[in-house]
Amino acid sequence: MRRKERSTSRFAPATFQGLASNMWPVVTILDGTATPPRGGEWRAAPRPHFDWWVAKHLSARPCLARAPPPRCVPQADWPASWRERLVLTQDQPRGAGSKVEILDAKTREKLCFLDKVEPHATIAEIKNLFTKTHPQWYPARQSLRLDPKGKSLKDEDVLQKLPVGTTATLYFRDLGAQISWVTVFLTEYAGPLFIYLLFYFRVPFIYGHKYDFTSSRHTVVHLACICHSFHYVKRLLETLFVHRFSHGTMPLRNIFKNCTYYWGFAAWMAYYINHPLYTPPTYGAQQVKLALAIFVICQLGNFSIHMALRDLRPAGSKTRKIPYPTKNPFTWLFLLVSCPNYTYEVGSWIGFAIMTQCLPVALFSLVGFTQMTIWAKGKHRSYLKEFRDYPPLRMPIIPFLL
Amino acid sequence: SSYSFPWLVLAIAMVRFYMEKGTHKGLYKSIQKTLKFFQTFALLEIVHCLIGIVPTSVIVAGVQVSSRIFMVWLITHSIKPIQNEESVVLFLVAWTVTEITRYSFYTFSLLDHLPYFIKWARYNFFIILYPVGVVGELLTIYAALPYVKKTGMFSIRLPNKYNVSFDYYYFLLITMASYIPLFPQLYFHMLRQRRKVLHGEVIVEKDD
Repeated sequence: MRRKERSTSRFAPATFQGLASNMWPVVTILDGTATPPRGGEWRAAPRPHFDWWVAKHLSARPCLARAPPPRCVPQADWPASWRERLVLTQDQPRGAGSKVEILDAKTREKLCFLDKVEPHATIAEIKNLFTKTHPQWYPARQSLRLDPKGKSLKDEDVLQKLPVGTTATLYFRDLGAQISWVTVFLTEYAGPLFIYLLFYFRVPFIYGHKYDFTSSRHTVVHLACICHSFHYVKRLLETLFVHRFSHGTMPLRNIFKNCTYYWGFAAWMAYYINHPLYTPPTYGAQQVKLALAIFVICQLGNFSIHMALRDLRPAGSKTRKIPYPTKNPFTWLFLLVSCPNYTYEVGSWIGFAIMTQCLPVALFSLVGFTQMTIWAKGKHRSYLKEFRDYPPLRMPIIPFLL
Repeated sequence: SSYSFPWLVLAIAMVRFYMEKGTHKGLYKSIQKTLKFFQTFALLEIVHCLIGIVPTSVIVAGVQVSSRIFMVWLITHSIKPIQNEESVVLFLVAWTVTEITRYSFYTFSLLDHLPYFIKWARYNFFIILYPVGVVGELLTIYAALPYVKKTGMFSIRLPNKYNVSFDYYYFLLITMASYIPLFPQLYFHMLRQRRKVLHGEVIVEKDD
């Protein structure tokens, strides 16, 4: 080790010198053109921070005084976090699959370890693989997420695009028994259709025995039966042929809740409308005609909106687009409202309430309106969140108001 | 929270009445104004839950307060013949003791100076008082049923302009039946709270 050379006159070009005399090898980079100053020798370039750093870290550790030069650390010796970061920025080597481990979100118990999963696999495929080991949890019941308290991953998400390391850790939550939306809709709409007719035909044990199978003498009662039945037949046909559902299933207990609501209210309304002591509307035929017009217009409107929404989404896809008015005048309500189908639905029931002048019908309309407002506000909010250019004039359910 | 004051007043009035008259007949009549006035004030409690001063959930408080208002205004106030029933005294005593302990608990908690006895009382008295109160309420409603049927009070009959009907008698029967699912829920909720607060148990809530 050469002794440190101290020159007094000039700085040497690119000279590397440390403080302690026995520390760093002196490295002098000269291109051969520089000459030492007249009468003097090369002087060390001042490097205060480096000198301070060396003094702080190495002067107390003579064993480290001669720090080894940096070497290439093989990847196997890298810290785990570094390796994972490398993996994210590189493609998987050909032939090697990803590993997926699935833990229970509440107990963190290891439920399943999947080896050799294709990196391009979707969550839907992982759910199918998971079902193979746990057949009681069919895919519709599984909620997989990256964080135990986070949001559920979508079926279309690709494993490779998620922020995971070489082994993806997914947390599983059981959504409970599921039932398809179509089944729920068909059951909850078929009920009111059937139940209303029981009351209309006055089957025994509802009203007094002298009224069994009699028929009302008021025209409005027959009209109400036609309107009510038409409404639910329309809903059943729309469920079968028109609607495109973005979710396949809902929790099983919903069917009990929904059916109780629809069937209960249908029975309550039908009881009074078809009662032998039913009182027709105060303003007679005028009131009935006006109410019928409102009802028919709103039913046509509701159907037009359902068709427009269906045309917005191609078969089998789950794309979401902003709905716009079409040539059909009923769809022009899209200019003012995000969910005109709900607006028309409330309108239909208000028409029916005016037609029958029956308080239970009005209460049913009110409850339905409350629920649909909640849905419309939620839908409106998600439209606003998803689309930057969402028309600002639109309100969720009532133009300009709500 | 000085809401324990009216209940203390009630308790003292009830004890004094019984000591003077030696019977419970006429007891309700003597305290009814105070009871009605202050029980209606309990509606404020729902507001407290909404704001968050009190840690009870709005639904639990709502059920509690509505059942009290129902008993006071729709049963004992409206159906005069049952005011001298023993069951009325039963639920009045249960309510009084429960409310005094509960409001003392809240008052001392707010003052940050809660004696262990008050906490113990709040989470143990209900074990006896809840069932006693429920039995008193149910017996009172049951005693009221014949009068309701006879007078047809609070009922709407057909035919009428709005094509609706309401039978208070059947409404009372349904209310009595609704105690069956509702009471155990409130009772077990209090039992869970008791285990958490008094015994420091950590209860993992089952989530859907």
